[in-house]
Amino acid sequence: MKNRSLVSINDFSKEEILQIVDLAAKFEENPNQELLKNKVIATLFFEPSTRTRLSFDTAINRLGGRIIGFSDASSSSTTKGETLKDTIRMVSNYADLIVMRHPLEGSARYADEESRVPIINAGDGANQHPTQTLLDLYSIKKTQGTLENLNIFMVGDLKYGRTVHSLLQAMSHFNPVFNFISPDELRMPDEYKFWLDSKGITFYEHTEFTDILSRADILYMTRVQQERFADPLEYEKVKNIYILKNSMLKNTKDNLRILHPLPRVNEINTDVDANPKAYYFQQAENGVYARMAIIASILGLV
Amino acid sequence: MTAKKELRVSAIQHGTVIDHIPANKLFKVISILKLDRCKNLITFGTNLGSNRFGKKAIVKVADKFFDEKDLNKIALVAPEARFNVIKDYDVVEKREVELPNEIVGIAKCFNPKCITNTEAMATKFSLVVSKEIALKCHYCEKITTKEHLVIL
Repeated sequence: MKNRSLVSINDFSKEEILQIVDLAAKFEENPNQELLKNKVIATLFFEPSTRTRLSFDTAINRLGGRIIGFSDASSSSTTKGETLKDTIRMVSNYADLIVMRHPLEGSARYADEESRVPIINAGDGANQHPTQTLLDLYSIKKTQGTLENLNIFMVGDLKYGRTVHSLLQAMSHFNPVFNFISPDELRMPDEYKFWLDSKGITFYEHTEFTDILSRADILYMTRVQQERFADPLEYEKVKNIYILKNSMLKNTKDNLRILHPLPRVNEINTDVDANPKAYYFQQAENGVYARMAIIASILGLV
Repeated sequence: MTAKKELRVSAIQHGTVIDHIPANKLFKVISILKLDRCKNLITFGTNLGSNRFGKKAIVKVADKFFDEKDLNKIALVAPEARFNVIKDYDVVEKREVELPNEIVGIAKCFNPKCITNTEAMATKFSLVVSKEIALKCHYCEKITTKEHLVIL
């Protein structure tokens, strides 16, 4: 992985994904290491994302690296009309690695082509967010002991949600069964279903939460966003169907864990938070270790 | 050999003839092959009768022999085009165009949020083999189908 960019989760093979996941566990055991001493990491956030930026900043700081960059485009030269290419050309002369979040899709792939140093994609519009996927995989491995043969339930906005698309692609290395629960308007797009078919992976689609939850190993919740609906009435009809309440977890497996990329609004009732099956805050913490593993691998420090 | 019928576009001694272009795609073909900036003698006819499409166009470029790679670029707009290499008024080579697996700088990505629609950069697609032409953007990974295809 040394000197290779991470733009899309498909850039990493199954073996490489497993390497990152195993390495994340080692960083969790021993999180403060001076591996990035004398390294400068650029974090370029062309759109604000507090959660992702803090997670990267924490990972870099724990590894003893130094950070340059900006946290939203208004404080960069983009507002003066500088092209992405010029920004990347300049910054790649300063830093050893670039972490970039950008609102336009494909920007990370393009930045990688123009950069002299590796790029880590911290989200390019609705396209890819591979470090989120790797932290999701680490969270699954950590809570289930394995990534193989799991029953994964995905709930909410399965049409636009990039986290579910990337997770679906990455989990497909590990013989999963998928259950998709979403309103009709936000169903998993055909291209992903065709792709699962072509890999021989079983999936089921549902429009409602039912007792099928009893089979789940992982329940991956996402937010149903009002702005995705052309008709506000449609949103009103479905918005309360996809709320997870503690009472719904009664007959679920002991090993079930509930994941959510955060921020959560109301799709997980706060009464779930105290349930030991709720895992979304630990999941966010795992993001730091996963990002430490990714940075250290790409810089060839482990 | 039967007598040649009268040619609507006069013959060239040496060069390349591109035939079976759909009439409404003639100017796209001219622009893709950059013939508008070519100094050679070029003759063309359009809205000619054709058994294949109703109306076709034909372009004859004197003293120019194209790279197969360049000619294949027109397959996106004129998938049934044929090109004939002419030497001393004789066809010495006849070929059909073929869609290349990688398409650089010809088509526009239909995704308005794709970086290629904001930065001054070349688009790049890979050909997705399915019933219809579909192009997968190298950058945003979205698929532009034939109905949304716009040639730059």
